[in-house]
Formats: sequence, C-alpha cells, structure tokens
Amino acid sequence: MQIANPKQLNKIRKEYLAKQDQYPKKIMVCCGTGCIANGALKLVDAFRDILKKRKIKGFTVEALKETGCHGFCEQGPLVVIEPDGTFYSKVKAKDVEDIVEKSIKKDEIIEKLLFTDPVDKKKITKYNDISFFKYQKRIALKNLGKISAHSIDEYIAYGGYQALAKVLSKMSQDEVIQEITKSGLRGRGGGGFSTGRKWKICKDIKAEAHYVICNGDEGDPGAFMDRSIMEGDPHAVLEGMMIAAYAIGAKQGYIYVREEYPLAVTHLEKAINDCENLGLLGDNILKTGFSFSIKIARGAGAFVCGESSALMKSVAGEVGEPRAKYIRSVVKGLYDQPTVLNNVETLVNVPIIIDKGADWYKKLGTPKSSGTKVFSLVGKVRNTGLIEVPMGITLREIIYDIGGGIIDNRPFKAVQTGGPSGGCLPESQLDLPVDFDTLTEVGAMMGSGGMIVMDDRTCMVDVAKYFLEFLVSESCGKCVPCREGLFQLLKLATKICEGRGEEDDLEKIEKLSDNIILSSLCGLGKSGPNPIMSTLRYFKDEYITHIKDKKCPAGVCRDLITYEILDNCTGCTACKPVCPVNAITGNKKELHVIDQNLCTQCGACFAVCNFDAILVS
Amino acid sequence: MNHNFDKLHEIFDRHPKTQESLIAVLQDIQKEYQYLPSEALTETSKVLDIPLSKVFSVSTFYNSFSLNERGETVIKVCTGTACHIRGAKLIKDQIESLLNLKSGETSKDKKFTLEEVACVGACAMAPVVITNDKYHGSVKVSNVKKLLKAK
Repeated sequence: MQIANPKQLNKIRKEYLAKQDQYPKKIMVCCGTGCIANGALKLVDAFRDILKKRKIKGFTVEALKETGCHGFCEQGPLVVIEPDGTFYSKVKAKDVEDIVEKSIKKDEIIEKLLFTDPVDKKKITKYNDISFFKYQKRIALKNLGKISAHSIDEYIAYGGYQALAKVLSKMSQDEVIQEITKSGLRGRGGGGFSTGRKWKICKDIKAEAHYVICNGDEGDPGAFMDRSIMEGDPHAVLEGMMIAAYAIGAKQGYIYVREEYPLAVTHLEKAINDCENLGLLGDNILKTGFSFSIKIARGAGAFVCGESSALMKSVAGEVGEPRAKYIRSVVKGLYDQPTVLNNVETLVNVPIIIDKGADWYKKLGTPKSSGTKVFSLVGKVRNTGLIEVPMGITLREIIYDIGGGIIDNRPFKAVQTGGPSGGCLPESQLDLPVDFDTLTEVGAMMGSGGMIVMDDRTCMVDVAKYFLEFLVSESCGKCVPCREGLFQLLKLATKICEGRGEEDDLEKIEKLSDNIILSSLCGLGKSGPNPIMSTLRYFKDEYITHIKDKKCPAGVCRDLITYEILDNCTGCTACKPVCPVNAITGNKKELHVIDQNLCTQCGACFAVCNFDAILVS
Repeated sequence: MNHNFDKLHEIFDRHPKTQESLIAVLQDIQKEYQYLPSEALTETSKVLDIPLSKVFSVSTFYNSFSLNERGETVIKVCTGTACHIRGAKLIKDQIESLLNLKSGETSKDKKFTLEEVACVGACAMAPVVITNDKYHGSVKVSNVKKLLKAK
C-alpha cells in the first residue's frame, strides 16, 4: 500500500493504536548492541515461546517489543513492563518464566531483578525513579526504549512522519528553513554551526543537484549516541533527512554509517525499504510532487572520514582525504554539488522542532545553545550509559546526580569531552554550564558528546599520549603539520611517560602545538593538539612530577612505577597465573613475592587482587 | 592461497558497476574471505573498470581492510577512550601473552588473529573484546582465558 495523503497516515496511526490498546501491559526488551551482547535476544526468544505456549488472556506476541537502546547498557539486558514502567535489570533467560507469571499475569514485583541504586543501595522499582533516568530530558532519544526499533507502523503510531506530512502539505522550503533557524538548532556532531543557516546557504545555490548526507560516522572513541539512535529509531533519522531534502531541494540522500555498527546498518536498510513500500521514499511522496531517495554508504574504519570533505570522498568510493576548504562543502560537496551534511542527532531533532515549533524548542537549553544534548557518560563513573540533558546543565550535575559519582568513591580527577579533538577538565571547572561556547572557552569541546570521567588512578600524561597515538594512526598523511607534527608531539609525550623527559620539553610541546593548529589542513590536525594542551593547562604539576621526580602519581606509566606485594597477601594465588612473565612466586596460603627483575609493571596482578595487597609506587 | 572465486561475481552483481560501489564491494569481499585476496582486487578493478592502483589505494587507506589472510577467529580488542581508561591495554597484554601473538598478527595455525579497534561504540560496557561478531563486555583480566576458550 502507498500512503497518498496525510489522512491515510492518521488512519494507519489510529488503527495501530486501537490494536495495541487491547494489551493491558507491554513487555519492552532492550535490543541495543549492549543488551544483545549480554543475551537480550535469548530473552526475546524465551518470551515468545512462553507467550505462544501459555495463551495468556489478553496477550499475544505483539505485546512484546524489541526496543532500541535505553542507554543503561551496563545493567543489561533490560526489560521494562509498560505502562507501569517496572524496570528489571540484568535479566537472564531463566527469569522470563517468573516475569510472565508474576509481573504479567499478576502485578507482583520481582525484587531480585530490580536495580540497586549504587549510592544509597536501595532497590528501585520504576524506571523514572532511577537517578540515571530521573534527571534526563529525552527529546532526541524519546523513542529509544519506548517503541519497537524496526516497525514503521509503530513509528507512525507514535507520531512519526507527521512532521514530514506537515512540511510537504503546508510549508514552503523557506518556511522550513526559517523555522529551523529560529529554533537555534546547532550541529550536534561537534561543529555547532547553525543548521538552518547551513540549509539556507545550500538551498540558495543554483546547481544540477543538491545532496543531503547524514553523518553517522561517529569516529570519536567514547561516543555512541549516533549508533543507538540509528539502531533504535531509524525512522526518525530518515524523517529528519527527508525534511532537510525538501528544504534544500535535494532528490538524493546518503547515510554514511561506520562499518563497526552492523546493527545500525541492518535497521536503516529495513527502515528505508519499509518507507519505499509505503511511498514515503521514492517518487512523488504523499502525492505532493516531492521525490527523494536514500542510499547507505558504509565507512571502513577511518576517523578522518568524519571530516566533511573526506566523508564525501568516501561516499564517492574514493580514499577519504580532506581537501583545503577555501570553498566549503555546503557550497561544493559531494560530486562538487552543494551538499548539506548533518549529524544523526541533529537530524532527529528536526521532526520534533517542526511538530512542536521553534518557540517550544528554544525554551530548552540556553539562549545560544538551545535544546538538549546527548552524552555518553562513561569511564570511572557508577552509572554509565547514554544520557540526554538540557544544554546549560553543569558537569557536576551530570557526573554526580545522573552518574552517581565515581566508582569506589575514589576522588574525581578529570572529565574528557569532545573526543580526540577535545580536552580534559579538572574539578575546578565542574560547575560550568555545558554548552557549545563555554566548553570551547575552557579548552575542551562539545564534540559529538563523549564524556569520559577519570579518577585519581588515571594519568593525564598517559591520556594525552593515548589520544596522540590515536591521531597519529588516523592522520591521513596529506599535510605535513598533522602527519609529522602530531608524530613529534607523540614522541615528546612518550619520552615523558618513559621517564626520559627534560624540562624544556613542555615548552617544545606548546610551540609545536601552536604550529600544528595554525597550519594543518583540516579539523583533525587543527584540533589534534587539544588533548595534550588541555592536560598541560590544567595538570602541569603531573607533567613536572614525571619529568623532575621520574614518578607517575597515578601509577600508570610502566617505566616509572613498581609493584610489590604487601604482608596482607592471603596467598589466594589469583595473581600468579595472570602474570604474563611469571614474575610472581609463592605457595597457596603463603605470602607471594614479585621478582622485580622480571616484572614488566603491566598491572595484571593489581587488577585481579581482591585484598588490596598489591602496592603501586 | 586457493580460494573459490565463484562467489565474487555474486558480490559484483549486487552492486552498480561504479566507483561509488568500490568500498561496499571490498567490504563484501572481505566478509566472504575474511581478507582481500589479491586475485579479488584484480577482478574488482576489471569489473568496476577502476585502475588497480586506485583499488589498491582504497584497500590500504581504510583500517578495516586487511590484505593478509586472517585467522578463523578474529579477536578485536577495543581501545577506545572508555576502554583505555578501564584497562583495555591490560586485556590486550593478557591475550597477547596467552596466545603468544602480537596485535596485528595471525597465529601460525591460522586459528587466531589479534587486532585493535579504535571504538566499537559499546563504551558503557568497557572494556570490550569482540570475537568474530560476538561482543564481550566488562572483560576482566581474570576471565580472558575463559573468553578465548568460549570464543
């Protein structure tokens, strides 16, 4: 069936909702990559089996939903019973029987599957009472965990494609652009450029063709919001692209997805196919004369392809090297035609803005950074996962209220935002509001939204070295400042980590960084020195301790530390087999000893010791 | 190396014969053979009518392509930031010492290939190891051995 007009869209919606209303409860099984890794698909099978066999009154398999990522992956697999919002974590296939008997047939709560708050150790029954979810404002993620990830009917039932219908039937191209500009929406991929303005520039250029590309490359290590959105709400991405295409006059769109995200590719392919069958993609969409189609281009593991000109080369099947951007890619992009490149999270905000209006959207966030931002809160924090918060919230609220503080109550040391182009911020900056401009001012960056929390056992010189290693291996090699400059920075950082640092190295780092920033061709090089510059700015003492005292206070840099076993060793023998160089000797129930001549300071023994009997110094 | 190249043309048939398809074609070839055999690259160049030098440059530019034969089980240790902070290096060291293999190498019996990958987007379960297509989250030094046995 092809949908011919907005009325038919509403008909599908009503029919589907009427069918769903007959189920008093719904079982939502999270099927994001994280929960699948922990066995979510086994749960789905188990639920299906039981629902088919038992023939429970008022229930069929259709009350079971395979949803997108809830963002709380560490607690997976997750099962939520709606409409009550009963939240079960770490569910196993053997628990399914219990859930059906107690929580579906009756209204009992299964205590042992409830989530325990890491701070006050209390069991929590409902989804919205968990601090991880309580302080969030979910707009871009609104459908994740709430609807079945691969059903177009369900997307339509929950208001999907209404914004597209509104745009096509009631708004001109300029009105759409004006609305998006007015909303203050800025690029969520990191750049923070006004989305409406980008569309306007593109639309105003006369050309053979215009293109829309959705950037789902998400190369920043530590960020995974785009993966979750593409997997869990693929239609929202498509709808955002369709509206963008209408606004700028594009007939062809591309979604560039990382190869590391196979599930996202599968779900997007299905979504595109379903849209084509319903006439939401293809020729003469909703019989309005608007035609648009979407192809998927898979990336192949190159970080530099997150850069616009490199990405467009890659879409065309070529080597992803950036070009000098005297002319921006919005003017001369894919196949030299004007091209709008928007990030996944940016695009999913578009239908919501059209639906609810720019004024509604502007009320969220801060005057210059409106709306919300999705972050992946990870690292040494108790509640890790994907969160969406209004712009302007402080880092402290994110880390302590939503994240529940630092694991094992250790001291907070730094938070890294913006990926390899961003920076590390210390405790003194925790009360800053999170928005595009403030983060840039203090030497970090919003980036795509990775937020990695570090405790006192993280060495900042090592972190800087880590990012430099990443950037050196990802630099495409086209321009010298990036290829050679970052390599020399890495050599300096390595030298300091290995205890060979000299006092004037820090000055060299600063000088070289300035040069790389000034003279690199693309964003990768221009922002490459940020991690080392920001750690040097806020953690200079740690660099000096490495250089002068030849010590690593965090106990990370292998050449500057020693491990020894203390008297409280119980002789449990856990450490002995994990030592890769057989440096540990000792009998069961006797004190063990590390042979310092053999020890490579890898820290494996330290990681497995349950009695705090290993000292790093 | 003897491979059955009959599958190649099935792969070519799935894609339009344009430069735009090159990366997707190479990905499908790698999925079939676990790496990019040189014969397959020559054939790709002919069928898509792209110079072999260009096919080669694309194959070597992108990290996910391998020109060397890989083992039955490809072990990928995620070294993204979240995994790094939570001890990915330790996990990599353990696997290296257990399999007597350095990152990027394939064991002589062609059973294992060990690789590092920049981020697989499963950061909330850090550190992560992927064996073929199976994700293992919150990996600990003490359970690496078990993980390798289970694959």
